[in-house]
Amino acid sequence: MAKVAPELQYSEEHEWISREAGNLVSVGISAVATEALGDIVYVDLPEVGATVTAGQTCGEVESTKSVSDIYAPVTGEVTETNPAVVDDPALINSDPYGAGWLFKVAAESEGPLLSAQDYASKNGGEL
Amino acid sequence: MTEKFTALHAEHAQLGASFTDFGGWQMPLKYSSELAEHHAVRTSAGLFDLSHMGEVWVTGADAAAFLDYALVGKISAMAVGKAKYSLICAEDGGIIDDLITYRRPVAADGTDVFLVVPNAGNAQVVAEALATRARGFDVVVTDASAETSLIAVQGPKAQEILLRLVPASQHALLTDLKYYAAVEVEVLIAGAGQQLLLARTGYTGEDGFEIFVANDAAAALWQALIAISEPGELTPAGLASRDSLRLEAGMPLYGNELSRQGDPFAAGLGPVVAVSKEGDFVGKAALVAAKEKGAGVSVGRRLVGLKGLGRRAGRGHYPVLKDGVAIGEVTSGQPSPTLGYPVALAYVDVAHAEPGSALDIDLRGKAEPFEVVALPFYKRQK
Repeated sequence: MAKVAPELQYSEEHEWISREAGNLVSVGISAVATEALGDIVYVDLPEVGATVTAGQTCGEVESTKSVSDIYAPVTGEVTETNPAVVDDPALINSDPYGAGWLFKVAAESEGPLLSAQDYASKNGGEL
Repeated sequence: MTEKFTALHAEHAQLGASFTDFGGWQMPLKYSSELAEHHAVRTSAGLFDLSHMGEVWVTGADAAAFLDYALVGKISAMAVGKAKYSLICAEDGGIIDDLITYRRPVAADGTDVFLVVPNAGNAQVVAEALATRARGFDVVVTDASAETSLIAVQGPKAQEILLRLVPASQHALLTDLKYYAAVEVEVLIAGAGQQLLLARTGYTGEDGFEIFVANDAAAALWQALIAISEPGELTPAGLASRDSLRLEAGMPLYGNELSRQGDPFAAGLGPVVAVSKEGDFVGKAALVAAKEKGAGVSVGRRLVGLKGLGRRAGRGHYPVLKDGVAIGEVTSGQPSPTLGYPVALAYVDVAHAEPGSALDIDLRGKAEPFEVVALPFYKRQK
């Protein structure tokens, strides 16, 4: 069963957020999503400086089998993207909650988010 | 539709497979990572359960003449022990299935014996079509699909592994076996003697074998193959890697590249159609007309290989564009794990089908550059 990191919050679209200093949040995708996608071979991230809007698509992940949209879980300006996952998208599979993070946003507002508990029970994940 | 399970289902579950529906069967999609399984087949060996494929025996005095009539190839010209890729077409030339026919030694009563192997989703349709077409011929058509399992060992180490299974007295049968040929071997599995039909055929672009075995011995054979392999030498591989492997090898998949609406010439399978063989065969009039018209050569569309110049992959049904105008459609596509760039099979207008032709694939509204290349995308070093 896919692992759900207990310290994070989750969107309905399977993104996670981690709260950093101030209003800064890191964004990634959950192991529930990566297991469903299969091996990820390409990722298209928003540009640094771009504004993303909660609930709207802001990038794509492509696996051997399919393409999926990345939805922004929060609204705000992208301050940083993870160059490691662009070079080696397999990091998103191997360490979705750590080295496989996607981008950081200076959040102005947040979309609806689920606790790890609620997300896990809803999606068959394991805390 | 009722989900069917192969005789190896418990083996897959124990190995932690995730399953998918394929042709009405619950089949392993992958065991861990489909990329790792793909690379294992290219560099060492993969172990596949193909028991969802059909097995239809055709026997009798008219067996060869009957298959010449029922299929598009000249089956009667096959030597005993050989295998042949062919098609079964409808009267209008549409493809009912692509299949492999194995010619086996003559039966005790002196009559010919053939084994026809259709795809899982078409096995019943093919068995029924063969039974219908058999009227007036002295043949018996027996669908053994439900009793027969099929296990493939594919990859550069396939022969080395199988030599450990087969007694030394029969090693030459295996080492001398040519591509697209089959032989019967007697092996000891879990203390019991088993007769296996071992074919040097496959769907991965690598050397390898497909082994026909009775359902009740299939699990023991699967376990024996794993047991005689070194750690990491033989990797159980699911349908996800089977699909990426066959795509790199430029092999068509029924339902993607081949269909009831498609014609063999557009699919690049013209040489498979023996239009000049004597006697009638089902679909002959339509296929002769299509060939004379220049189907897939000077008119209509042709199946081509597309190499991506960027990193994005085309997927089934995405439009293929020339200067923004749709001139074709992708049938299969994904990033090639071996080559490191996206590959696709697509039907495109014959005017744009030559290697070197610069085309785009409409990737969800964004035109991405691709180039027509000769097939296969990947060819193993011999």
